Amino acid sequence: MLKVEDTSVPVEFSPELLTQFADVASRYPKGKQKSALLPILHLVQAAFGWLSAPAMDKVAAYLNIQPIEVYEVATFYSMYFLRPQGKYVLEVCRTGPCCLVGAEKIMDHIEQKLGVKEGEVTPDGLFSWRGVECLAACGYAPVLQIGPEYTFYENLTNDSVDALINGLKAKSNN
Amino acid sequence: MGRKLLLEHINVPGINTFAVYRSKGGYAAVEKALKTLSPDEIVEEVKKSGLRGRGGAGFPTGMKWSFLAKPENTARYLVCNADESEPGTFKDRYLMNYIPHLLIEGMIVSSFALGAHVSYIYVRGEMMPQIRILEKAIAEAKNAGFLGKNILGTGYDLELYVHPGGGAYICGEETALLESLEGKRGNPRIKPPFPAIAGLYGCPTVVNNVESIAAVVPIINDGGEEYSKIGIGRSTGTKLISAGGNVKRPGVYEIDLGLPAEEFLYSDEYCGGIANGKRLKAVVAGGSSVPILPANLFLKTINNEPRLMSYESLSDGGFVSGTMLGSGGFIAFDEDQCIVRNTWNFTRFYHHESCGQCSPCREGTGWMEKVLHRLEYGHGKMSDMDLLVDVSKKIEGNTICPLGDAAAWPVASAIRHFRDEFEWHVTNASEALSRNYGLAHYADPLKKLETA
Repeated sequence: MLKVEDTSVPVEFSPELLTQFADVASRYPKGKQKSALLPILHLVQAAFGWLSAPAMDKVAAYLNIQPIEVYEVATFYSMYFLRPQGKYVLEVCRTGPCCLVGAEKIMDHIEQKLGVKEGEVTPDGLFSWRGVECLAACGYAPVLQIGPEYTFYENLTNDSVDALINGLKAKSNN
Repeated sequence: MGRKLLLEHINVPGINTFAVYRSKGGYAAVEKALKTLSPDEIVEEVKKSGLRGRGGAGFPTGMKWSFLAKPENTARYLVCNADESEPGTFKDRYLMNYIPHLLIEGMIVSSFALGAHVSYIYVRGEMMPQIRILEKAIAEAKNAGFLGKNILGTGYDLELYVHPGGGAYICGEETALLESLEGKRGNPRIKPPFPAIAGLYGCPTVVNNVESIAAVVPIINDGGEEYSKIGIGRSTGTKLISAGGNVKRPGVYEIDLGLPAEEFLYSDEYCGGIANGKRLKAVVAGGSSVPILPANLFLKTINNEPRLMSYESLSDGGFVSGTMLGSGGFIAFDEDQCIVRNTWNFTRFYHHESCGQCSPCREGTGWMEKVLHRLEYGHGKMSDMDLLVDVSKKIEGNTICPLGDAAAWPVASAIRHFRDEFEWHVTNASEALSRNYGLAHYADPLKKLETA
């Protein structure tokens, strides 16, 4: 697994990824290609699991902007990971309406089930978890999401969380 | 039973596809607008409808449109604000998920009215499934000739794109959203200039909420005047209310504005009352930013009149005894909820989401979070309540954007209405760690006001 300080590992963008970049960039007027930055960072994170400095530098070169312009965006928005995560990142909503119906207990349960604290990765590299702010799904609370497609899991109970985690484990072992 | 203008066909199987949506009369507003109306006539219809921005501010949409500058040889943009992240609000997600073509139809009509040829829907990044749904729907609409070059042979060109955000509440503020759409941090801009003069890429821009744009479809189909007949007073039309928290039937409901609050909360057509047979303690009526009200003041105004779900009735009494309709994010609290804990939770949210540009908000939200944390965890002081009110007053009105106000109001209102519960957390600190203050007197009938 990559460590944060492993910034010397070269990053290559696949031809498929570059095609996706070009498609995104074509949505904005000429000379305004910087607009494609947020969507492109999502694509990079989906491909690599997180945003390393070399990956961000390559994005900067692709969009013809300064690396600092990429860093300042990547550090501002909460969805971008600046260090490696588990293969599955369970993001549990921890804001008011979800807490009214038990989100805090769900987070305690996830911590216990996975055996790692918020932000840490399980030894097998499969899981990490964190509390996130309102996911705009208050009517289906408690909720969690898993990237890169951000599938929602709603009306969580301890049992449904167990089933979800066990299911993901089984999927990865096959 | 209220009329359904937006959600009428929401339960029709396959309504998320172009074919089924079209078979239910979809895209008729595009045909009517592009073939029989001029852009100015559409703006006039929206003005007549009395539609007010559904994102939270409640500013008249038609008036916002009429402010748009129209210099020659300069592009104009329409940007849809789908960065729904106000705690308690999940109506836009619902709408985009189940009936995406309604938003797209609204975008085409609105873009035509404003003279935009490229429009964007800025969707919060966490809503990746809804982004995929919208992208598919856009492709279908384009395939059917409702987007792209020379729409329906009228000579009007429009390209519509979906743009994902990166996870930042502040990007729901329209100028922060534009910064974000330009690939920058979501720091709100100083106004003026307003986006209507200098918005996206410095060009004249209108930013509207998902529900506002969707509402343009029935307004064009039925006429602005018909739309304005629904509702009460200056609260015209229907509104999506997303109900959550401790209600029996959480979900998204379309109501005629002016529906009695009690009916909305207790009738089986809507929330169905409080879950698990408990009693109502408090309500946040329009998203976490609006003042929280105890049960008695939510159901009745200070003059003992029934409270209605409308802009005016909910704000009756100002911030002393009223609140706001806001975004329609309705959160009910049952008798077992702790107001101190919830206020701390909301304040942590605002501290987390402050962009950090203005000191009062960046620092103040953090201070309030710390003070509320110590109150909740048994280390509070009697002077903390005045301290919190003092900090909130120093944030309110002293920031570039309304996030500062949004962070200040929940704290000030919680202390205004629930001060005895806060004080109990100080006087009975160890007891407060093991049990809640309960319903107390918060649902008691209001005392009759003495009038001079």
